[in-house]
Formats: sequence, structure tokens, C-alpha cells
Amino acid sequence: MRNRILLERRPVVAKLLADRGKLLVVSGLGAPTYDCAAVGDHPLNFCLWGAMGSAAVIGLGLATAQPERPVLVITGDGEMLMGLGALATVAVRKPANLAIVVLDNERYGETGNQPTHTADAVDLAGVATSVGFANSFRVEDEASLASLLPLLRAGKGPVFAAIKVSDKADPMVLPPRDGTYLKHRFRETLLGPAALK
Amino acid sequence: MATDWPLDIHHALRAASVRQVSYVPDAGHSRLITLCHDDPTIVATVLTSEQEGIGLACGAWLGGQRAALLMQSSGVGNCVNAFSLLKTCGFPFLTVVTMRGQWGEFNPWQVPMGQATAATFALAGFVVHPVDVAAEVGPTVAAAAKLAFDSSVPVAVLLGQRLIGTKAFNEAGKESGKE
Repeated sequence: MRNRILLERRPVVAKLLADRGKLLVVSGLGAPTYDCAAVGDHPLNFCLWGAMGSAAVIGLGLATAQPERPVLVITGDGEMLMGLGALATVAVRKPANLAIVVLDNERYGETGNQPTHTADAVDLAGVATSVGFANSFRVEDEASLASLLPLLRAGKGPVFAAIKVSDKADPMVLPPRDGTYLKHRFRETLLGPAALK
Repeated sequence: MATDWPLDIHHALRAASVRQVSYVPDAGHSRLITLCHDDPTIVATVLTSEQEGIGLACGAWLGGQRAALLMQSSGVGNCVNAFSLLKTCGFPFLTVVTMRGQWGEFNPWQVPMGQATAATFALAGFVVHPVDVAAEVGPTVAAAAKLAFDSSVPVAVLLGQRLIGTKAFNEAGKESGKE
């Protein structure tokens, strides 16, 4: 399983966020939040530092409120496993503008690289298919990543992708961690100054 | 004529411009759930677990919409870590909770969480509005929505079991509620 050449998470996230246009981003706690910060802090990134298991449903609420904007959730396998039911909830609601990408390194990277369930038989793309995602992908190489990218913002979702990545730890790049600031910054940028009144 | 308090809650949510309502079903909320699904101004979302409703409401707010979560008191315990989102980020939040384990409960398994519900909310930083009188339900939800969305605080309205009616086993020997 782990003896092949794996994608590296930071270049993958750089591709996910390239030419982001009107994209709204929610990142799950831990490495996905640092990965998004490494690409560059952005006011329309809502980067989580906690509330494990909540990234996908935050994306669902946001995608529902902003149906004309593409919404991308970037999270980790441990975070997704804590909120697996959210995949079923998203699949039932079918928001066309929502994509959920799991950077699956098969490890709890923040806590000592313990194996997650995906290091065993649990296949998150298979779970997404089973709960009703018509577009669910398991990505393991550059070619399948390249074919995934245009689907993430095409508005024909929901889309789910588990991207298998190396468990190498990258340098920490920290976005702001004041949640109230992140919330206000996101809303002011998206909705205008009236959102703060 | 008896007060139609589920309809009053629906009116209060509409008047407060709530656009997303999520829920894990409870018998006490069944009429309100139907009203929300039938309302073209509201997107109603059924959840697998109540904690999903916290993130959903925060995402809605980020996108410029107001949301509310409907749940039974047993679901409050499922939300605890997700409540940290509300406090850390200062999100407004509104939940309407049907109480079990409180007034004449017949099912002992409902009692521990029902008895801990108000204290759990208080520990998580919520303003808690209990209501036991049908005529006060609508005004209480309206005031709770104003407090939540205008003052950016989490607010829980607890609909007492005395109001909802204490459940009993029906002829088939089954509860008609969540379980």
C-alpha cells in the first residue's frame, strides 16, 4: 500500500487553489489548514483549528447560502472519519456547487502519525459512492489529479475525492487563528461591509 | 382554541429570516419539520447526528444566511465539541430543543441527558430560554432569534415536556419519537 510513489500534499493543494476565482474554501484542522496557508493566506479561506468532524458540514451550509459560488472543503482523513455521517447528509442534499477533498495520508499527523482507518481497509471514496455521491474519486497519481481538477468547480456536484498523499510532515505554515477575525474577514470579503453591521 | 405552537415557531423563524433549518427528527418537532420542508423560503436538512447542525449553521452564516437547529434533548450531548465553533468564532446560533427525561418521563434512558441539557448549554456559553406554556412559545422563539442574530450569541429554547405532552407506549408498544 505505501511502497508506491505518493503525491505530496503541498503541491496538490497549490493545484487545488490555483486561479481560484470565486472559490470559497473551508479547511479542516491540522495539516490541511497549514497546507492552505502555505499556498497563501486568503480572506475567503475559513481555516479550522478545531471542531474536528465539522469541515464538510460547514461547506454544506456555505454552499447552500451561496449557490452561485463554488465551495471547496479541503480536509484530512482523520477529520473526515470523525464526521462520516456528514457525507451521507451532503449526498442526500446534493449541493451542485460543493466539492469535498480529503488529503488522505492514512495518518493522524498531528498526534504522532498513528494510522487512521484508511491505512486499513476503509476506502473514503467508496464510502462516498455508497452514501450516494455520483461523483466520487480516488486519486493516486498526477494524471487522475489533473482530470479531477476541472470537476471541482464545474457546479455539477457534489464531488468527493480522496487524494492519497505522502505522510511526510511539511513545515508548519500558520494562518490567523483568531476565529472571530477569520469569520468577520470572510463575511466582509464575501458579503461586503454591511455584513459587519 | 389551543395555541398552535409549532406554527408559531415556524412564523417566528420566517419573521427572523431563517433560511436553513436542520434537524434530527423528534416527535415533538414533527409538525414543525413538515412546515419547514413545505416552506419554499427554507432549505430543510435532515442530519445523521445533531453535531452536524452546528457546522451547518456556521457555514450558513459565513455565506450570509441565518440557520436554526431542531433537536431533542438527547441530541444536545452529541454536539458538545462542535459548540466550540460558536464560542471561538462568536457565531450566532439558534436551536429549538424538545425536552425528554424531564416531566413525567416513562423512559429512564432519556433522563440523564434530559436532566443535563440546560447545564450543558450553560457550560457551553449559551443563553437558555425554557418555555412550558404554549402561548409563550412563539414570542420566546422570536426573542431568541433576535438575541442570537443581533447580538451574535448562541441561544437555546427548551420546549418543556409538560408543553409537548408526556409520551407513553402506544398500542404497538413502541415510542412514536426518535428511537
